[in-house]
Amino acid sequence: MKSPFLIVFLFISSLTSSALAWAEQEQDRKQILTFYQQIFPELQLADYAHGVYAIDADAKNSWQAIEEFPPYEFALEEGKELFNHPFNNGARYADCFPNKGIAIAQNYPYWDEQKQTIITLASAINDCRLQNQAPALAYAKGEITKILAYMAFTSRGQLINTIIPEHSQQAFNAYKQGKNYFYQRRGQLNFSCASCHVDNAGKFIRSEILSPALGHTTHWPAYRLNTGEMGTLHRRFMACNKLIRAPIDMAQSPALRQLEFFLSYIANGLPLNGPSTRK
Amino acid sequence: MSTIKIRSKRFADYTLVRTLIAHPMETGHNKNDATDELIPAHFIQTLTFKHNGKVLSQCQMGYGVSKNPFFSFKIKSAKAGDKVSISWQDNLAYSDTLEHIIP
Amino acid sequence: MLTTRRRFVKKMLALSGYALGLGFSKISLANWIADNFSRQTISQSITQLFPDQELQKSDRISLKLPRTAENGSVVPITISSTIPDVDTIYILSEKNPVPLIAQFSINPDLETYLGARFKMQETCDVIVVLKANDQYYQTRQKVKVTLGGCGG
Repeated sequence: MKSPFLIVFLFISSLTSSALAWAEQEQDRKQILTFYQQIFPELQLADYAHGVYAIDADAKNSWQAIEEFPPYEFALEEGKELFNHPFNNGARYADCFPNKGIAIAQNYPYWDEQKQTIITLASAINDCRLQNQAPALAYAKGEITKILAYMAFTSRGQLINTIIPEHSQQAFNAYKQGKNYFYQRRGQLNFSCASCHVDNAGKFIRSEILSPALGHTTHWPAYRLNTGEMGTLHRRFMACNKLIRAPIDMAQSPALRQLEFFLSYIANGLPLNGPSTRK
Repeated sequence: MSTIKIRSKRFADYTLVRTLIAHPMETGHNKNDATDELIPAHFIQTLTFKHNGKVLSQCQMGYGVSKNPFFSFKIKSAKAGDKVSISWQDNLAYSDTLEHIIP
Repeated sequence: MLTTRRRFVKKMLALSGYALGLGFSKISLANWIADNFSRQTISQSITQLFPDQELQKSDRISLKLPRTAENGSVVPITISSTIPDVDTIYILSEKNPVPLIAQFSINPDLETYLGARFKMQETCDVIVVLKANDQYYQTRQKVKVTLGGCGG
């Protein structure tokens, strides 16, 4: 006798397995948020977009003094010109992006089901260039940071909207790999990202306060006081790995895209505020 | 595009004028990582701030001023339509100037 | 780094032409006194800038400075004072190889107010000196400059 319960059971379990997969990332996000809310009870969600400046008053004053007339203004101005400048074939960046490339940074990175890969805003810029017979830009610094500055600027205030398509096992896997990277100890100092930015968020490392990982993706690109140049999130990932004496994954490599995907997902709902200035 | 940006804001008792300048302010003591050679000193030495053609401040500076220098001043009494200008010259004799009309 | 500078220099050359077109005149620029900006100790610098002068400590000069510099390359400072008739502001950093950062003449049409961003090499006092009616006034404030943790 065919049990109706068996049929119903199989049906429900097929739903719940994908529902459970979807639930895991939401569980992660909520768990992380709850964790930080316990350490920083005075912070609102949007405050995390300011990183360490939300929790270090002296540094915040200094940062705000610089934000009165921020040094990234030149990069921003150049970025607007670069963004609007047509390629040799007459096409423009606006032709490659939804909404002509304006106020869209909150939708990056996203999972491209066709290409089976994570598309970041930086990689999308280069995809656009290659499609229009323009050479790809270096990822860590230079011209791309200016275009990113302009696109980030038009996206200020937009809420991060990282989507993991519900029925895409590969998208979820990519998220999971990013999450594992975040919690994986590495290098001579045997630190994971979490060692500093979760376990010791708000505490001192030598003379600096460690920022929470929540909100790490909101304020890029950033004018770095230490280099006097615009820097990207991936360049910061690389520098961080160098500082903890771990092997360096290259900007826009699969590992760093996955990490960005994870960090961006857990920051869903936070407002973008790039470009910015950081030490 | 200029190396100089100027912003002004009128308040009841004063007008705040801020400037940001694109300049490396290179000290001459840093090495180029790629070539291991010293990067030559290149820094602004003098700067002049004018209001309607009148010099309000003349500045001498060294390479201790940060890269992409920022300065701010308060004019006691200025009106919409007044002109302010910032001019600079560096140790390699490059220079630039920009005029700004107070809105 | 080099490409950026080359582009900048090209830009500077182009802009010099533009600047000349605007009737830019060298006469309006201050002289730059090299000796004031030589590498020396703070004592030597003070002796050179203010020979035989007493720098009277004043509580009428306000400095806005961070307690700890996020990065020694960019330390923001705001200076204001209620001392009347100030005609010159000097900014010095005690332990910088060149202690004098900058000096500004202040016309009476200006408030005694200045904002700037400067470099500090190590923890030390920032010293601000004001000249008014041929008298000199000073105030100082310590700023910590540390080797970062992970900021690089």
